[in-house]
Amino acid sequence: MKASLVPFGDSALLVKFGDEIDLSTNQRVQALDALLSANPHQGFIESVPAYATLLVIYDPLIVTHTQVSDWVRMEMERSLEGLSRKPRRIRVPVRYGGEDLDFVALYHHMSTREVVRIHTSREYTVYMMGFTPGFAYLGKLDDAIATPRLATPRTRVEAGSVGIAGAQTGIYPIASPGGWRILGRTSLQLFDLAADPPFLFSPGDLVSFVSEGIDA
Amino acid sequence: MLEILNVSGLATIQDPGRMGWRKFGVPVSGPMDPLALRAANLLAGNTTGAAVIEIGAGEIELRALQDCVIATAGAGFSCSVNVWDFPLWDSCFVRAGWKIQLNRSGFGMWAYLAVAGGFEVQEILGSRSTYLRGKFGGRDGRLLQAGDLLRSGEPARPLMDLAARSMQAQARPLYGENPTLDVIPGPQMDRFDDKNMEIFLSNSYKASHSSDRMGYRLAGPRLAHIGSADLTSEGLTMGAVQVPADGQPIVMMADCATAGGYPKIAAVISADLPLLAQCTPGRDSVHCQETTVQAAQEKYRALMERIMNGIVPFQGSDFA
Repeated sequence: MKASLVPFGDSALLVKFGDEIDLSTNQRVQALDALLSANPHQGFIESVPAYATLLVIYDPLIVTHTQVSDWVRMEMERSLEGLSRKPRRIRVPVRYGGEDLDFVALYHHMSTREVVRIHTSREYTVYMMGFTPGFAYLGKLDDAIATPRLATPRTRVEAGSVGIAGAQTGIYPIASPGGWRILGRTSLQLFDLAADPPFLFSPGDLVSFVSEGIDA
Repeated sequence: MLEILNVSGLATIQDPGRMGWRKFGVPVSGPMDPLALRAANLLAGNTTGAAVIEIGAGEIELRALQDCVIATAGAGFSCSVNVWDFPLWDSCFVRAGWKIQLNRSGFGMWAYLAVAGGFEVQEILGSRSTYLRGKFGGRDGRLLQAGDLLRSGEPARPLMDLAARSMQAQARPLYGENPTLDVIPGPQMDRFDDKNMEIFLSNSYKASHSSDRMGYRLAGPRLAHIGSADLTSEGLTMGAVQVPADGQPIVMMADCATAGGYPKIAAVISADLPLLAQCTPGRDSVHCQETTVQAAQEKYRALMERIMNGIVPFQGSDFA
């Protein structure tokens, strides 16, 4: 799909590469994000990569919409292939046995051990971050364990909870309300203001889960 | 240094906001009324990036522990210093020991109190803004409370040069009840047909009680989507008008999440966001009208230019 540029209010524009969750689309988003951030135009504030779109935010007191559009279009004419930064590989140790592990096993007519085997058997891409500081949306989950969200979100999900929702998986960096199905917990800290950088993950990183055992 | 004696409502430290971290999920925070924050800093002789006190839905009383100059802006409050009353949008000299009060008065929701030199709190991720949900920024990531001591930096100029100045009335945003807001349609124009766009633009929507620093919920004629109300999550900014499945629009405000999964019918322009921010939830209604990106950017630059050039000697009262 050819990318399109649309205004998003008077201080941002949205570059749409598609509207699906798809790895090659997301890689184009990440590549353009890296390109814009590496060669910022005057008045460029920041860009926000998502699954299939890049939001480009600018200061309308410094540049006009036309100037920013021209700049983004020009940058997009460069090859976006191979331009993303080299992804980091991060292994996340997980103690499985979370609130919803039994439900997910029952839902898919398999053992909890099988759910854990499938969850730990592939490498996931950080498609985007959002929701709370440091929350990474990881995909894609094997269809064999894809499970709908809770009908009613929990008012509190503990920090370090590893969950799944539809074809996504993710980890709660801080305690927050949430509707994802919780499979286990990690002791890794995803968001630490005292650390540099303060976030464990960046968009584009590759993440795998390693089982530290299953609690009954 | 200023000491907080009494405070209620939503009083926080804010600067223009935390930029550059949205791709990691960190909201901008910053002021609900960015123009008023900028004006308060200008009146106090500060750079536009200095940290100020934002107060909403409550009142605050402080005591100066040293001679200083303060400046106020915003709407819905009056200011008193020692035994004198001052309207907002003025700067004034405060002698050590004098009390400063911001009390509710008239139309509006948010006021800003700047001190010459700016409030000095630790920068977190490049900003002094308070992010209440994340519990960081500002004063320990929390609301200001009685007993807090707030240190200020070095004023840019001698205090007497900064005191007794006003922002001309014609330079300020045209705050008022039931404002008309200019909006730019999109970016999900493909999710709303002409009929629903017409419904959105031809009716009044009331700011509902469940409005806060994250978003203002609008209640009015239901807006229907073409297809589903779910969207693959994408980035958000302040001013974006999301329409969830119930068809009632929500305007994203200062503490909004960095991404969302509802189609956006429009975005409120920067020049008019202060008019919306100052609406009283449960009382004021807004009416949206379509504009273009170019017109919106010109309006914003003109408004900002008026504020940058709008400082005059103190006029003693609110006459225009």
